[in-house]
Amino acid sequence: MSVAGTAGRAPTADGGGPWVLGVRHHGPGSARAVRAALEARRPAAVLIEGPPEADALVELAADDGMSPPVALLAHVTDDPGRSAFWPFAGFSPEWVAIRWALEHGVPARFIDLPAAHTLARKPDEPDGLDESDERDAGAGAGLRVDPLAALAEAAGYDDPERWWEDAVEHRGAGPAAADPLAPFDALGDAMTALREEYGDGGHQRDPGPVSPVSAGPRRHARTLAAPGTSPSTSSTRACTRHAESTHLTPQAVPQRPARQDLVREAYMRLQVRAARREFDDRIAVVCGAWHVPALTAKSTVAADRALLKGLPKAKVDLTWVPWTHRRLARAGGYGAGIDSPGWYAHLFGSPDRPLERWMTKVAGLLRDEDQPVSSAHVIEAVRLADTLAAMRGRPLPGLSETTDAVRAVMCEGSDIPLALVRDRLIVGDVLGEVPASAPAVPLQRDLTRLQRTLRLKPEALEREVDLDLRKETDAARSRLLHRLRLLGIDWGEPARSARSTTGTFRESWRLRWEPELAVRIAEAGIWGTTVDAAATAKAEADAVGATALADVTALAERCLLAELPDALPVVMKVLADRAALDTDVGQLAQALPALVRSLRYGDVRGTGTHALAEVAAGLAERVFVGLPPACAALDADGAAELRGHVDAVHTAVGLLGETTTAEGGGTGGTGGTGTGLRGRWHAVLGVLSGRDTVPGVIRGRAVRLLLDDGELADDAAARLMGLALSPGTPPADAAAWIEGFVGGGSGGGMLLVHDGRLLGLVDAWLSGVSAEAFTDVLPLLRRTFSAYEPGVRRTLGELVRRGPEAPGVRPEAAALPGFAPELDQERADAVLPVLRLLLGSVPGADVANLADVMDADVMDADAVEGNGVVEVAG
Amino acid sequence: MTNDALRPHAENAFAHELTALAAADDRPRPARWRLSPWAVATYLLGGTLPDGTVITPKYVGPRRLVEVAVTTLATDRALLLLGVPGTAKTWVSEHLAAAISGDSTLLVQGTAGTPEEAIRYGWNYAQLLAHGPSRDALVPSPVMRAMTEGMTARVEELTRIPADVQDTLITILSEKTLPIPELGQEAQAVRGFNLIATANDRDRGVNDLSSALRRRFNTVVLPLPESVEAEVDIVSRRVDQIGRSIDLPAGPDGIDEIRRVVTVFRELRDGITADGRTKLKSPSGTLSTAEAISVVTGGLALAAHFGDGVLRPGDVAAGILGSVVRDPAADRVIWQEYLEAVVRERDGWKDFYRACREVTA
Repeated sequence: MSVAGTAGRAPTADGGGPWVLGVRHHGPGSARAVRAALEARRPAAVLIEGPPEADALVELAADDGMSPPVALLAHVTDDPGRSAFWPFAGFSPEWVAIRWALEHGVPARFIDLPAAHTLARKPDEPDGLDESDERDAGAGAGLRVDPLAALAEAAGYDDPERWWEDAVEHRGAGPAAADPLAPFDALGDAMTALREEYGDGGHQRDPGPVSPVSAGPRRHARTLAAPGTSPSTSSTRACTRHAESTHLTPQAVPQRPARQDLVREAYMRLQVRAARREFDDRIAVVCGAWHVPALTAKSTVAADRALLKGLPKAKVDLTWVPWTHRRLARAGGYGAGIDSPGWYAHLFGSPDRPLERWMTKVAGLLRDEDQPVSSAHVIEAVRLADTLAAMRGRPLPGLSETTDAVRAVMCEGSDIPLALVRDRLIVGDVLGEVPASAPAVPLQRDLTRLQRTLRLKPEALEREVDLDLRKETDAARSRLLHRLRLLGIDWGEPARSARSTTGTFRESWRLRWEPELAVRIAEAGIWGTTVDAAATAKAEADAVGATALADVTALAERCLLAELPDALPVVMKVLADRAALDTDVGQLAQALPALVRSLRYGDVRGTGTHALAEVAAGLAERVFVGLPPACAALDADGAAELRGHVDAVHTAVGLLGETTTAEGGGTGGTGGTGTGLRGRWHAVLGVLSGRDTVPGVIRGRAVRLLLDDGELADDAAARLMGLALSPGTPPADAAAWIEGFVGGGSGGGMLLVHDGRLLGLVDAWLSGVSAEAFTDVLPLLRRTFSAYEPGVRRTLGELVRRGPEAPGVRPEAAALPGFAPELDQERADAVLPVLRLLLGSVPGADVANLADVMDADVMDADAVEGNGVVEVAG
Repeated sequence: MTNDALRPHAENAFAHELTALAAADDRPRPARWRLSPWAVATYLLGGTLPDGTVITPKYVGPRRLVEVAVTTLATDRALLLLGVPGTAKTWVSEHLAAAISGDSTLLVQGTAGTPEEAIRYGWNYAQLLAHGPSRDALVPSPVMRAMTEGMTARVEELTRIPADVQDTLITILSEKTLPIPELGQEAQAVRGFNLIATANDRDRGVNDLSSALRRRFNTVVLPLPESVEAEVDIVSRRVDQIGRSIDLPAGPDGIDEIRRVVTVFRELRDGITADGRTKLKSPSGTLSTAEAISVVTGGLALAAHFGDGVLRPGDVAAGILGSVVRDPAADRVIWQEYLEAVVRERDGWKDFYRACREVTA
């Protein structure tokens, strides 16, 4: 603004500078006006709100390889996690000013408080930011006083964005005769009035170009390509969290606006003063409209210096990073407080008839998606938008009118195609580029630092490393490698351990550093400034973009391995959502074991896995409900597959019950859930075992699982088996039942050896099968029994040869069905020393007592090898 | 149109509001419109006029929708109101016609048996035989009358009309004319004519609009109530009215149960729990507000005649089950999942869970 225009605050005489151009960051109307003003006044220097450390990088803006949206990234040199971004779009007034200066060979300088100061504060300083504050600050809508809202309200608008659009952005080029500085004058006056009313500190509105975000955009292209996915959700979270840990520049820290704004404005005033001396007042200042009154106000150098005294300082590095429209958008996190960068770019870029051009663009997009949209639709949409604007009393149709018109005319009232328009056009997929000569991204530095501290040198030669996760350094190395893998930087690949231990505390990696990995790191730089933050952001984006349930479970596992607790909530949410909508019980059942595995593994590493447990329990519930209907009307292959799922779910439920019970500890509620889960699973198994439409193999399996868990009454198994093998049942079905009951490597042979009655039933059935049917069932039976160990097979043969046991021979004392009636004292004694070793010495414990307690387990371990008990003990 | 009509037309029931609006309305009116578009929107959405007249809201919903609807009619494009049953499509169309043309009776009810004559014209056969074909022997349809008089015509349930009959509308909407080949004449629409059609978007499959016809309409989808509170309000008010007309005693604390029914319906319909934390599968039924009303009414009847007069979970459980489980196989699984994953864990829903388990098993 020509300060001369606002009497009283004018530091210079008419006609001369400085010209303070108050803008709305990323406002196309402001950008247009800035360019017109610069063309008209031709200043000798352009000062821009932004970190002065970037002065050295300004030249790059004219580079051929540079195309907006891009952002200036400042980070503390030895702590890349503390960083801030200043994004610029092609339609940002600041960018327009930079380009104008470079084109005209005029110096362009940044005059905001140096990033060295703004980033200097330690992250652990209390800032009291809560999420909603950040969101709103990020959205550019302040909680306390929003100066633009006040202006808009005065003008009778309920939405400040719309007011700004009508009053400023939609002014268009305007009549050429008008003074190009007139709008800045008016705006400056309005801001002065506001600042007088609300005080200089009440300002939340100015979104400022500074928006700390953890990730950049280039790789986004891939995520964006997936339809229906929006990386924005995850990046929002990433940004929010980042904002908590990083120290934001003043605009984003609502708690300290007054002091911070004053300091920044003092610094800017000093810079303006210096520039005025150097360039004889012929300077233009481009800054947020809010700062205009402060920059033109009278203030002594001494007072400004005093404000700047004793500011903390840190060593910072700056570079350009590519940015995206999506990140500019509100939906993309902090962004710059605009939710329609694509629309703004269109307004800025179209030479004339913006509405007609926009509708044509929309029609083109919808046609590409095979929506029948004709020119007649475009005409009608333009008409409707125009009429709507007239009815709502707006000078030109804005985004809301055009959107309403598109919905009613082109989308048949549906919001689904509209979402596409919003995603592709209103926000847009524009991706910025920076020249290769820009300084290295902080991610590379962070990685180099980690490689040094972990003594893990990048070498081109392939080598294997064995990591012992119980050691801190090794655990950190493992985490680093896992995180890099998540980021697509495959420096290390998991290998089979040479020592082939089954312990969970050992990991083997094959390392090989290839030159192309440097490129990958540069690409991954968009996800964040540190390996940790980048991996988190990437994992979250991957989760949102994943299509199959199994992918998400795998991702959850990888998050645990890479120890990214911050990414877990997002992954878990996505997992829960996918599980809820998945109708395929098979998929659910497949996902459950992996989940439970990660749950237990998370426990080993001491990661908080409460959310995981909750999701796993939810998943189990869904499996319980869906399993019985899914078991009906299956062919043999389907039945075999589902039987595998039943087994897997059984194991998972067992482990899940344990885990939740253990975690619940004292609180009875959680413990109850654990047992409740098992109880309900048993009920489901009961249903399966009794339902005729369920294939034999699954029924048999269900009975067996119930039997193993001691859920069946003493002779219920025999009764059920009798039913399944009764003469009415087709032999093939009965054989399948047997396969399910005793087949596979589940120790079924031993069961038959020890329970004479069951063996008797099988024997009786087999002898009763007719000759023709026998040839049919023979392959199945052979498969069932050939899996047994030779010893078991021999014993069985022996028993069958001896003939059915007399009922009286079976002693009453049998504790568990399926086991020998008596303890083999000698063999049990042999195991005891080992057990004592495993459990630690039990001083004073009665050995006999211990033996009693151990009875069952010893039998289990002995008879049912590999049934989990041994593994758990190990 | 007398006052003791069971249900007076909108233009009669709200005549005083329309008069007051017309008096206060100084904005430009399209040809033959009784009110300006702004005043029509105010009539539907409610407000207070400068002279103190209170305009009751006829439609509670997003302002944007009403504005688009009114603007559409002002641009001479036809308006298609879509929505699931019970979203006030007919109600809105009646009031729009009443406010714009002062007459909401130019109505064609779409059914599977709607003939072409209902949209074009029929013949008075006595006249036809006695005097031969002439304009006097012609019986105009409501649409034809609206065309010649510059009024707003309404077509209800457009998608129920057979496709060949629907297409009669194409000429009317694009050429704004209705040829009468028998007389070698045509009836041209005069300014002010427009058409509002309603269609149920659950029934799209019945007689989907041809794209030629669809292109002639601007579409506005009327949504289901936005918030639980709004829906609970609608349900309880309606239940109260129905209850009185069938002489049911008013339940003292039925509101909790109504809220529960509405919550269940909304959660299943939206596929997400009210707290937004758990996703759900949606059953095949509509689960509209209207169905919630009938579930509650049925529950009240149960409570009044067989219970203690208080609406209890058991009274509504069976009704809910009937509304949710339309497809015995798929919907039942969805319902059980909902019961186990959501209802069982919810505080204060134990009774309801038990009641549902009872009727579901």
